[in-house]
Amino acid sequence: MVKEIERAGIPVVHLCTVVPISLTVGANRIVPAIAIPYPLGNPAVSMEEEKVIRRNICEKALVALTTEVTEQTVFE
Amino acid sequence: MAKLKVVHYLNQFFAQIGGEEMAHIAPELRQGVVGPGLAFNQAFGDEAEIVATVICGDSYFNENLEDAKAKVLEMVKSQNPDIFVAGPAFNAGRYGVACGTMAELIKNELNIPVVSGMYIENPGADMFKQAVYMISTRDSATGMRDAAPKMAALALKLAKGEKVGSSAEDFYIPNGTRVNFFEEERGSKRAVNMLLKKLGGKPFVTEFPMPDFDRVEPNPAIKDITKAKIAIVTSGGIVPKGNPDRIESSSAQKYGKYDIEGLTDLTEASHETAHGGYDPVYANQDSDRVIPVDVLREFESQGKIGSLHRYFYTTTGNGTSVASSKAFAEEFSAELRNDGVDAVILTST
Repeated sequence: MVKEIERAGIPVVHLCTVVPISLTVGANRIVPAIAIPYPLGNPAVSMEEEKVIRRNICEKALVALTTEVTEQTVFE
Repeated sequence: MAKLKVVHYLNQFFAQIGGEEMAHIAPELRQGVVGPGLAFNQAFGDEAEIVATVICGDSYFNENLEDAKAKVLEMVKSQNPDIFVAGPAFNAGRYGVACGTMAELIKNELNIPVVSGMYIENPGADMFKQAVYMISTRDSATGMRDAAPKMAALALKLAKGEKVGSSAEDFYIPNGTRVNFFEEERGSKRAVNMLLKKLGGKPFVTEFPMPDFDRVEPNPAIKDITKAKIAIVTSGGIVPKGNPDRIESSSAQKYGKYDIEGLTDLTEASHETAHGGYDPVYANQDSDRVIPVDVLREFESQGKIGSLHRYFYTTTGNGTSVASSKAFAEEFSAELRNDGVDAVILTST
């Protein structure tokens, strides 16, 4: 899906846990996520702390979308 | 002659420990054969035998890659095997990646023959098909009876140092290595036959498939993100509570488009996941853990982004064919463009 969105001319960032799969599939802008069942959260911490984690990843997503890339790039 | 010693790698599901709720288990070593290992032992006959089975949860493996690799390697090494067999993983993505990773590592570290098996669209296939022999299997466990004998036969061939045939002869996923052989018919005749089939609309097999480099160039970056309209897309299967369109829990045949206008937070009461390929407990409690509606609303009100698009698009990514995913995204990407969406955040579980 990530490639088709890109092909349609819309910049896209892939937030995912298993980065090697994203690289294989061909996403160009990749932000690593937390875990497979909760990519943007962590049930082990409080809801507030979880939101900090989520905010953090979303901030990185914005950085990825506003950064020019010429090849597949992982935004750690 | 003593039987060759085989160590078999399985995930939590095929080891019959449990489904997604057990995908977090750390590697464990068991003596002897477990689950599908029986089919392998049958196929190995008098020549080889599974002496031990290493089991690891799929989520554990992929989330703790370095740790899992080291532990599984130690366990396999402790058995001093002659052959390592991983899977088959069919179309289970995380399992396929685990099988490929371990097969490659063990081939390099222990220098013994390794064989895995999976469906051609498993992401593990593309990642590791050039590193290790991988039998091409069906996309579900119904293919076990077909896969196990093929994997066992190739493993024995490798262990005995016999010559491996072409991918078509030994049933592995083409790995880019060419195998020379003599065709009975000369080239001109084969070409004409192929052309006749093509003209007649009949199936034919090319002798020179074009390499498939399906890469898309990155689009230019967003110039002013504070004015951008951003849409959410997910393969994590988030749907309104009750899954109104009945999106399939795996091998999805459709995607959903759902209105989030006015929503600032997804809750246990409003949304859930339809995805059958990961433990749904956490996503069902709070779907923001998969699609960050709460944070993006916050960004919207703070002016960090222009706006959050009114609809999000969703499907379940497990076992869903590449062709379906492509078709879904082609369709909704056109809609996104018409709706003036500037950028997409796509989340995967």
